[in-house]
Amino acid sequence: MFKKLAASVIATFALSTGVFAAGAAGEVKNIDFSFDGPFGQYDQNQLQRGLQVYTEICAACHGLQYVPLRTLGDAGGPGLPEDQVRAYAEFYEVFDPDLDDFRAATPNDHFPGSNLENAPDLSLMAKARAGFHGPYGLGINQFLKGMGGPDYIASLLMGYTGEEKEEAGVILYENKAYPGGWIAMAPPLYGEDVDYADGHANDLAHVSEDVAAFLMWTAEPKMMARKQAGFVGVVFLTILSVLLYLTNKRLWAPVKARYKTK
Amino acid sequence: MGGIPHDHYEPKAAWEKGLAKRLPIVGLMYDTLMIPTPKNLNWMWIWGIVLTFCLALQIITGIVLVMHYTPHVDLAFASVEHIMRNVNGGAMLRYIHMNGASLFFVAVYAHIFRGLYYGSYKAPREITWIIGMLIYLLMMGTAFMGYVLPWGQMSFWGATVITGLFGAIPFVGEALQTWLLGGPAVDNATLNRFFSLHYLLPFVIAGLVILHIWAFHTTGNNNPTGVEVRRTSKEEAEKDTLPFWPYFVIKDLFALAVILVVFFAVVGFMPNYLGHPDNYIEANALATPAHIVPEWYFLPFYAILRAFDGDVWVVIIASTLTGGIIDAKFFGVLAMFGAIAVMALVPWLDTSSVRSGRYRPMFKMWFWVFVVNFVVLTWVGAMPAEGIYPYIALIGSTYWFAYFLVILPLLGVLEKPDAQPATIEEDFAAKMSKGDSGATAPAAQPAE
Repeated sequence: MFKKLAASVIATFALSTGVFAAGAAGEVKNIDFSFDGPFGQYDQNQLQRGLQVYTEICAACHGLQYVPLRTLGDAGGPGLPEDQVRAYAEFYEVFDPDLDDFRAATPNDHFPGSNLENAPDLSLMAKARAGFHGPYGLGINQFLKGMGGPDYIASLLMGYTGEEKEEAGVILYENKAYPGGWIAMAPPLYGEDVDYADGHANDLAHVSEDVAAFLMWTAEPKMMARKQAGFVGVVFLTILSVLLYLTNKRLWAPVKARYKTK
Repeated sequence: MGGIPHDHYEPKAAWEKGLAKRLPIVGLMYDTLMIPTPKNLNWMWIWGIVLTFCLALQIITGIVLVMHYTPHVDLAFASVEHIMRNVNGGAMLRYIHMNGASLFFVAVYAHIFRGLYYGSYKAPREITWIIGMLIYLLMMGTAFMGYVLPWGQMSFWGATVITGLFGAIPFVGEALQTWLLGGPAVDNATLNRFFSLHYLLPFVIAGLVILHIWAFHTTGNNNPTGVEVRRTSKEEAEKDTLPFWPYFVIKDLFALAVILVVFFAVVGFMPNYLGHPDNYIEANALATPAHIVPEWYFLPFYAILRAFDGDVWVVIIASTLTGGIIDAKFFGVLAMFGAIAVMALVPWLDTSSVRSGRYRPMFKMWFWVFVVNFVVLTWVGAMPAEGIYPYIALIGSTYWFAYFLVILPLLGVLEKPDAQPATIEEDFAAKMSKGDSGATAPAAQPAE
């Protein structure tokens, strides 16, 4: 009786959570990014390729308003040389309240915001979306795989089926990764959209992954420093734990010995 | 202190005597650190140190964060990103503060469940318990207001939902809500006052922590047997106790270091694990998130809040009896605050003369069901209020109240307790002769 009851309860849980998971989110596939896991690092070349994709394609509509241009030169990021950062910054125009006019951006300015009202800012997109929640909704596997934000972005860019529909005067595009299945953004990438200077493969999958990796960096520019600090913290605290364990053992030994012999 | 006979501080040098006459601070520190502590405390008695550490950690990191944060609806979100990108060590500082809140609650739940299992709330420690509950309430208020400060989507909508609870109070609710928010909706005035209170309350908590420690230093610590320290002579008391320094300080620091290994692994390798992705989207009053979920440590009470909808018969009865004054929403609010109130009243609800759960065979079973129930409520609080989840939440909420209002009062009458050791020394000696130095008693797990 109890077994049956327990089994039915478990089955109900499994079914109800399964339905919930399938209904709400789209298909996000796990991509093996170089920065996954506790020791994962950004691939500088990939970030530079992603910057190129962002600049040539995404930036037409989207912005990165929280990202200072100078950070393109930071270690643990795209790591562009200073003159390249300066040259890249001049590519953008920003409004200067002191001049009351537009001027060319300098490395101290931020990337511009979105050009289109409907295009969300992408600075934090990779952290504002979670592709993975498993196992069993606990989210523990993000320790190794990450939260799935960049995986979501790449899946979305590759998720267009080619179907379109018009709804209230807006054209919607079917996308397997997008929650609800229909997105207002037209397919931005088709493959071979950009030519990489280093001749790296530029098919849809590669371009999508490169820009997703770049957006992970814009969302979490201090990731490499953070992981290193975490590692140092864990190592030193482990050593401290061992020392305190031995101290504690030695301290209590005479107290305990008094009772062990009795 | 403590009514437990022990050596007191004796000023020796001339300057010590002079200082003691004018300001007896050395004696106070000596007596606090050297307090006789039961020998047999297990590993569930380490959470107090962890909590003290958390409070200090949150105050220190918080004060530095304030130096770079701007409490204004147009600037708050951007100022947090400024901390994350431009401030030296800012990303680590913020992630430590963010996850520090979670560590604080892991520790406080473990600490509370420890107290519930070993009967630490029973006479003469009721005041320690009540002060502890006040600290817990203030912690929840502080954490809630802190979560609003980054001004993300969950900050904004969490604040809207929770302050809306006050609007459910009959007659004065709406006026009260407007007064709390500083306007008709969550806005700049709300953000400013939450910022002010988020800075103030930790210092109130620090004051209450001093009272909490003072209270249990006066009664003496509880211990896993629940048997009191012998107080007839100093010799006997010393058989049951050891001074807090160095024996328990070192032991607690060892436990703290182990816990911090896990903490730094989370901060370093998955700092957003316990957060909600929506909070990386700036607050937008025009876009409601699909599911508004509070931080994990509020989930059990959020589940209780949502469990009582208009279809539940107690709600219907309450509504009919009061002529609609107590509607489903207000009932939910009463249930949520009631859940904490019954826990605060447990010293008077538990009728058993035996203090420690270790010697209460029936209590043990109900206690572990209570712990599992807490985990289930946490889980169901994160689920959408549809399908089977409201029923699970309702069963869980019912058990919560039944545990405090029915089971604990009845067990004192129905239960036949096991034999307790005569002294703490006897328990300690028995544990040592088994050659087991670790925790032998079942230890409540931190609820995550």
